[in-house]
Amino acid sequence: MRRRPLVLATVTWAYVVWSLVPVLIAIQFSFNDGKSRSTWQGFSFQWYAGNPNSVAGDPSLRLALVNSLVLATLTTLIATPLGVAMALGLARWKGRTSRAANGLMLLPLATPEIVMGSALYLVFTNLYLFVPLGMPAQVLGHVTFSVSYVVVIVRSRLVSIGTDYEEAARDLGCGRLTALRLIVLPLLAPAVFAGAMIVFASSMDDFVISAFLSPDASSATVPIKLYSAVRNAPSPALNALATLLLVGSAVALVLAWLVLRRRTGSKALEQLASL
Amino acid sequence: MRRRTGFWAALAAPGTLWIVALFAVPFYAVAAVAFGYTDPVFNSPVPEWDPRYWDLTAFGEILDRSLTGDLRPVFLRTFLYVLLALAVCLLVGYPVAYYLARHAGRRRGLLLALILAPWWVNYITRMLAWLNLLQDDGYVNDLLLLTRLVDEPVRWLSGNPVTVVLALVYGYIPFFIVPLFSALDRIDERLLEAARDLGCSGRRAFWHVTLPLSRPGLMTAGAITALPMFGDYYTNSLVSGSPTTTMIANQIEFYLLGGTRKELGASLVLLLSALLMVLMAYYLVSSRRAEEAGA
Repeated sequence: MRRRPLVLATVTWAYVVWSLVPVLIAIQFSFNDGKSRSTWQGFSFQWYAGNPNSVAGDPSLRLALVNSLVLATLTTLIATPLGVAMALGLARWKGRTSRAANGLMLLPLATPEIVMGSALYLVFTNLYLFVPLGMPAQVLGHVTFSVSYVVVIVRSRLVSIGTDYEEAARDLGCGRLTALRLIVLPLLAPAVFAGAMIVFASSMDDFVISAFLSPDASSATVPIKLYSAVRNAPSPALNALATLLLVGSAVALVLAWLVLRRRTGSKALEQLASL
Repeated sequence: MRRRTGFWAALAAPGTLWIVALFAVPFYAVAAVAFGYTDPVFNSPVPEWDPRYWDLTAFGEILDRSLTGDLRPVFLRTFLYVLLALAVCLLVGYPVAYYLARHAGRRRGLLLALILAPWWVNYITRMLAWLNLLQDDGYVNDLLLLTRLVDEPVRWLSGNPVTVVLALVYGYIPFFIVPLFSALDRIDERLLEAARDLGCSGRRAFWHVTLPLSRPGLMTAGAITALPMFGDYYTNSLVSGSPTTTMIANQIEFYLLGGTRKELGASLVLLLSALLMVLMAYYLVSSRRAEEAGA
């Protein structure tokens, strides 16, 4: 009945190639046995370790990697509990203040990063002077854009769980906190974990907020380092650094996907997509 | 009953307070800096926290320069680049989303994963990838020379507006495809079958059924893509770095992080936010209208 849509198929697969192959080539050149980023000179790990300008050899590249990991870890540790509590609270707490809090929570998701970055930069340099620019300000900034992700993910799971289990536990004599701890939180666990992994990955990937809140090279994260070095001192070591970043966030996301898939079946991808 | 509410409110409180302190208050700080005054001794901007004493000099200067002065071409260029990039997103993204929603069949999961993959590759990394390819002796020029499409290497990376627009497309097109895909996916196939049964050709069914029904999805896709494009400065400075392709966000970055006149940067942030709010309001109003028309 249906004609096979050859043109559409061609456009789609061409798009996939166009969107992914440049990145694959960039990864390939992180293994180049030479300084060039446009001529293949053989396979080597020298840009990861060994060469004094490699990721392991160059202190500034190593620092960027450590900064990114520390920043993403701290952000995840703060934003996840904050977001889970907020999702639970907002789902059950009805009233005008609650609706206002709900709207406010969604705003960071619709704000362009440069606006948020500028605002955070100006508030830390003019009002919250006790927070120094650099890692402390970066953590506060990252948590701010991450909390909303956690709330959105956890709340959609809360809605699908419903209140029956919790009410049953309450009828059987559980206190509110006990019901939360014994019933709701275990049911929420996959969503909480997925939320945490997504926060970790998006914190690792963030460039704008980190850059606005980074006063000097000591607080450069991987994206900042890539951005500043790529025009001035390009080398395959940058490709290696980018590859490591990619591996870091890919691991976090695959974990999130696996956990979501166990609970929700094949819809997990669509769920990740809807974020 | 009241205690019950109190418990849940207490759970929501820390997150809410966090967002107030680190999202709402910072916005106020932008206004305070933009409407502040310049210290006559140190010649540095001083924020004014009391709205009664707000000074509109800096904001007026920015408005003036944006309407008639040197920032006017920057604004026009930003709009032009974003519109062109959106047009390319539409031309490329619609067929891809459509194929994925309708015809992908067994390969659907794989294809969706491949289309989502760039979303999670770091943005700067994806630009870095193109910087490698677009060098004067990079693969792109190699290919163009080999196929004799050009006689000498194209200089992609020194102020070429085509590169900037295509880089914006490359950066943000996943944001365009995914919401469009989920809108197309929701369209009831029976409507199309009905159109066919009533004698529509495939093409007419597309124009009269699929396209109108995908309008809300298209608008969401456009809004989600345009918003970050308007606030993008890094794509531009990575693939061009030339003042001939400067966009609004580059000016914001310049005034806030580069110079001493932070009040001008803050004013630009306010102006850009106002513009984007108008766009968002337009989007919300017209998507509500489309929803009502559909219901």
